[in-house]
Amino acid sequence: MFEVVSNDILAPSLHRMVVRAPRVAASRKPGQFVIVRSAPGEERIPLTIGDADKAAGTITLFIQAIGASTRTIVAIPAGGFLRDVAGPLGLPTHIEQWGRVACIGGGVGTAVLYPLAKALAEAGNEVTTIIGGRADAYIILKDELAAFSKEVLVTTEDGSMGRKGFVTAELADLMASPDTCPKAVFAIGPVPMMRAVAELTRPQSITTIVSLNPIMIDGTGMCGGCRVLVGGQPKFACVDGPEFDGHQVDFENLFDRLSTYRSHEAADCKLNRQVKP
Amino acid sequence: MTVPMTTKERLAIDRVRMPELAATIRSTNFEEVNRGLTREEAIREAQRCIQCKNRQCVAGCPVGVSIPEFIGRLAENDLPGAARILQHDNALPAVCGRVCPQETQCEAKCVRGIKGEAVAIGYLERFVADWAMENSAQLTTEPLPPATGKKVAVVGCGPAGLTAAGELARAGHGVVIFEALHDTGGVLRYGIPEFRLPKAIIDVEVDRLRAIGVAIECNVIIGKTLTLAQLRQDHDAVFIANGAGLPTMLNISGENLKGVYSANEYLTRVNLMGAGRLADASTPIIRGRNVAVIGGGNTAMDCVRTARRLGAERAMIIYRRSEAEMPARVEEIKHAKEEGVEFLMLTAPVAILSEGDGWAASLRCQRMELGEPDASGRRKPVPVEGSQYDIPADVIINAVGTGANPLLTATAPDLDVNKWGNIVAGESGLTNLEGVFAGGDIVRGGATVILAMGDGKQAAATISAFLA
Repeated sequence: MFEVVSNDILAPSLHRMVVRAPRVAASRKPGQFVIVRSAPGEERIPLTIGDADKAAGTITLFIQAIGASTRTIVAIPAGGFLRDVAGPLGLPTHIEQWGRVACIGGGVGTAVLYPLAKALAEAGNEVTTIIGGRADAYIILKDELAAFSKEVLVTTEDGSMGRKGFVTAELADLMASPDTCPKAVFAIGPVPMMRAVAELTRPQSITTIVSLNPIMIDGTGMCGGCRVLVGGQPKFACVDGPEFDGHQVDFENLFDRLSTYRSHEAADCKLNRQVKP
Repeated sequence: MTVPMTTKERLAIDRVRMPELAATIRSTNFEEVNRGLTREEAIREAQRCIQCKNRQCVAGCPVGVSIPEFIGRLAENDLPGAARILQHDNALPAVCGRVCPQETQCEAKCVRGIKGEAVAIGYLERFVADWAMENSAQLTTEPLPPATGKKVAVVGCGPAGLTAAGELARAGHGVVIFEALHDTGGVLRYGIPEFRLPKAIIDVEVDRLRAIGVAIECNVIIGKTLTLAQLRQDHDAVFIANGAGLPTMLNISGENLKGVYSANEYLTRVNLMGAGRLADASTPIIRGRNVAVIGGGNTAMDCVRTARRLGAERAMIIYRRSEAEMPARVEEIKHAKEEGVEFLMLTAPVAILSEGDGWAASLRCQRMELGEPDASGRRKPVPVEGSQYDIPADVIINAVGTGANPLLTATAPDLDVNKWGNIVAGESGLTNLEGVFAGGDIVRGGATVILAMGDGKQAAATISAFLA
């Protein structure tokens, strides 16, 4: 059992949960995730470790309640317990001295981006952070990111905060000038956002790292459910990732596989129609 | 039993038949297929054993169960006596009595099998183990030796790890098992379906180990949460039994379509997570109307029989050799056929096709014929030219095998592994690192529960000698 130390709402249906998991806190590195199962009978859900406090033995999880299982998790109040927390899983982010980097976060991806951007800054990189969301209420961790970023650029789809539009507009501006063009880009967010960023940086061959969050069960390489095509080869996001070269990822296949269980009820209906005369 | 039976009387008894749930009923639910013997049936079967001096059956058992001895007690209706012998020799007798391939091990060596049928050792093992579970009050608690003060870490809570842990605890060592998943049993729980091995059996067997002092910590992934070096530092010895890991990909086009599963994923969803099986399970599964399972081993049989139970109208085994070469147990093949599973032999998958909606729709296959024997001694399948055809299939399950999981070994660079990533360990379980031992599928590649248990037992003996 893993105690929920705190649980607060950062943005609509986006929770920040601090969980007591001393072993994970001691061994985790930026870019890694845990598998969480809230109670017996519940799904195993992969969640990126946003931050950790070794001394307190706690990890911070950012959870967007988008499905039944994530809603069950965020409903657990401080003082409650998660039945299972296993990790840290996945490969840590490869941190190096690139010089100038752009870190791009979309929606809950901004939370996943945070530890990575922080580690890049600590390694001596000049970090420009771009965060995007539907509206101002969905823009998270702006101040936290500003603490180590050279600049934090915000975009919203409705223009309620920062520039109206998508993160790619800000990135395109950075890329337009040799003085601001990043040596490497880290993009974490919805699949369409990561794909758009990768397409934008592809012509100039700017190294672009994306963090993928496919459907997963064990998180240890056993089931292969999280396989993604990278450079035409199947890779397991849980053990080979979750970060990959964005120019090599088959985003279309990833997007489609993510829809497996959303569309499977529809598929069931289709089958039933076929069976009946 | 006052007058001992003569050998002639024993030889006159016919082998018992295992009562089974009717195929039409069982193919729609997850209840155990084999129902178990009654006490009368078990005693009568035990009386068939002629108690040979030369105990060939024991030599055929990877964990060396004292077979004639426990059967002798059972024949005399001494169930506590039989249970004590069995539980002493085998950490998981109720599991072995269900999933061991006795027909190629102990029963293959049984003298009665030379002219007629072998004693049903597996059925008797199951009977005694089940009796012991239900009547644990009648069994005296096992006396344990004084604590040695030595601590042993076991990596993995599957058959090898559980067996080693039991043996080590009985030798007086402090034992803690680290398990990556959220529950115990390893492949026994995530891999073997409920209809072959009910989860309740695993729970009782695991509790019995806990009762003799074995500690189990779930959600700890060695190589991630803790490293081998950390374990070694905190314990006097480490036994690695983290099992076979990564599914082997088919490397055919369409493998990433929706509806395509590895056997591990499919079985884990249903067995460990309860998908499609338990009303309160949150984990989903694609049930499929036409399900094609690729492979001919026990895992393939487990998948295809599960698919039937989840409602597949057509559940098919796609295997590139012929039935004679299939590695699955005869009993599994028989049960699958009774349940309406189709066997498409000499058929190899070439591609998985969709109708453009991202879902698997059919499996393109190639007919094969058998040529000369290959390295495995089995006749090698060769493609028949111009014989490709498509089989409608909305769920396709890859059950061709697994490779070694690299999580532990990736963070233990000094530990010797072979070119497939399996840990190099001799029969005694010794690795190249002092105090580090290994066994089961991480050493063997994919093998059986009982061979893993044999490794666990052997390694425990080696570890006890090392700690002495």
